[in-house]
Amino acid sequence: MDLLLQNILNALQWGSFYALIALGYTLVYGVLLLINFAHGDIFMVGAYIGFFVANFLLGVYAFKLPVSLSPPLVFVLTLLAAMVLTALVGVTLERVAYRPLRRRGAPRLYVVITALMCGLLLENGNLALLGASRRSFPTLIPTTVYDVAGVLVTNVKILVIIATILVFIFLETVVRKTKLGMAMRAISYDRMAVPLMGIPVDRVIVFTFVLGSSMAALGGVLFASAYPVLEPYMGALIGWKAFIAAVIGGIGEIRGAFVGGFLLGFVEIFVAAFFPSTLRDLIAFSILLVFLSFRPTGIFGVARATKI
Amino acid sequence: MQRYLGLWLYLAFSLVLLGICQARWLTPYVQLVIMFIGINIILSSSLNLINGYMGEFSCGHAGFMAVGAYVASILNVWLFTSHKVFGPPILTPSAAVYLFPVTLVAGGLAAALAGLLVAFPSFRTRGDYLAIITLAVNYIVKSSVENIQAIGGARGFMGMRKVIEEMEAVWRIPWVLLWVLVFTGLTVWILHRFVSSSYGKGIVAIRDDEIAAEIMGVDTRRMKLVAFMLSSGLAGIAGGLFAHILGYINPGTFTIMKSTEVMVMVYLGGMGSLSGSVLSAVVFTVILELLRPLQVIKWVVIPLLLILLMLLRPEGILGNRELTDVFPKLRRWFATEKEA
Repeated sequence: MDLLLQNILNALQWGSFYALIALGYTLVYGVLLLINFAHGDIFMVGAYIGFFVANFLLGVYAFKLPVSLSPPLVFVLTLLAAMVLTALVGVTLERVAYRPLRRRGAPRLYVVITALMCGLLLENGNLALLGASRRSFPTLIPTTVYDVAGVLVTNVKILVIIATILVFIFLETVVRKTKLGMAMRAISYDRMAVPLMGIPVDRVIVFTFVLGSSMAALGGVLFASAYPVLEPYMGALIGWKAFIAAVIGGIGEIRGAFVGGFLLGFVEIFVAAFFPSTLRDLIAFSILLVFLSFRPTGIFGVARATKI
Repeated sequence: MQRYLGLWLYLAFSLVLLGICQARWLTPYVQLVIMFIGINIILSSSLNLINGYMGEFSCGHAGFMAVGAYVASILNVWLFTSHKVFGPPILTPSAAVYLFPVTLVAGGLAAALAGLLVAFPSFRTRGDYLAIITLAVNYIVKSSVENIQAIGGARGFMGMRKVIEEMEAVWRIPWVLLWVLVFTGLTVWILHRFVSSSYGKGIVAIRDDEIAAEIMGVDTRRMKLVAFMLSSGLAGIAGGLFAHILGYINPGTFTIMKSTEVMVMVYLGGMGSLSGSVLSAVVFTVILELLRPLQVIKWVVIPLLLILLMLLRPEGILGNRELTDVFPKLRRWFATEKEA
């Protein structure tokens, strides 16, 4: 029983990371119908930006702040700075690589390839700039372990899970209740008619990238706090898997991204708990394959009507 | 005579190349690059059948390559050499000379069977969801290989070098190059005949409009089955050749990175253009080798070049056209290509 609860808690935390990244895929896909394969690497960039900001605020570098800040404050500032700066990176990618293609009306798949290349560029650019050595993220929140009826709960875990739930509520409100969210849904519904209604399509798309990238940065900093080892390729695998999570949920649906993320987290943690951990990918992906064969459009996905 | 000019030209080219390699006028490194070009041609043109001609987005080609590579290598090592897991050779080692293409094709068949994993879901799933399935199949293959300890697991599998040595003991010619040339030519020929036949046009019809194709009498299910199995089978053969060039394979070779590389070649060449795929496989491999001195920077420069290419010429080198469309005079040489 304790083991089960412990695993559920671990799965919730692990799923949170997937959910936060899957969200970026889903938002961009929902609006642009573009699989932004660079998103996993934006997550990595977010973690690295968090690393540098945190070290700067802690006064590791030659440039120092005149005052020394307490670690919790540093954590909050790091989070905010990382989210803003990573959003800038995401928007830059959109501006430099995707928008010109969109303007030319290039087919979707070319944009997908561009996205893949942007991801490779971020990964290897990082490798070339900073070297292959791993970096350890400074501990900003000292881990405290609570023992609740035999289940070990750390404050980082709680923080991650609560943050994810808050993000979910925030995004659902933005998409369902605000004008911007309405514009986003409108664009995904009909790309042709929306500009005629006077909706600034480019601005909405930029906003989508800001939202997605900043959530990836949030995920990145939280991930680095939970598993404090940074390396240039950390975003690649987790990015692909988060994409899978988004698809299981039904890509283009915010609820789907969260449900899919948690689902994948659960599957992976429980497979690792009961089988040799080398089988984790095998079983997780086999389940995905079987699932998609029975429900081809994911949990919340709706098959698009096809006209002849 | 005129009709088969392309074939004769290719044969002459292969013989000259084999002769040059036999005479050791090329360094082993250049030979290696030539063999990789051949393999990349097989990979990119076979993926073009799915991504270009059929309009699906398959991004797990390396998985099928892995199946072919492992099956062909295991068969060869098991049949022709003594191995610490598989024991003494089953057949006489010199039989490898005749049976090498058989094991290679067996690897291709195994990969074609693995292609069914993608083909069956493709009846109901399309577009991005199918992309995920191909991705998942790639992971499943890699992960399964990692978990089978008998064939080395994550450590990899070797022993193919000995098979090549056995073949060279019988007759001292560059065997692997020979088979790379044969199968590259065969792949391009099969794919060309397939997509230009009235039967194969059904694949293009699926790309343009699946439902309309169904109504016009294209058996879309069978078409997809054939396309996926053909494409993955050819990838399997490429994988088998790849394993024998290197003499060592491990699951880490066949990751998404490898699949991405193949995809890049397809898009660089242009979707739905067989000659584009061939051309881009050559260009891409050569660029990759030329940039090797840059080391880490190489993988920064290549994506950058491709992003620029996409911005300046998003349809690839030859988007949806063949070389014969760009240079109509070539049609005289390849009379079989487009009977216009």
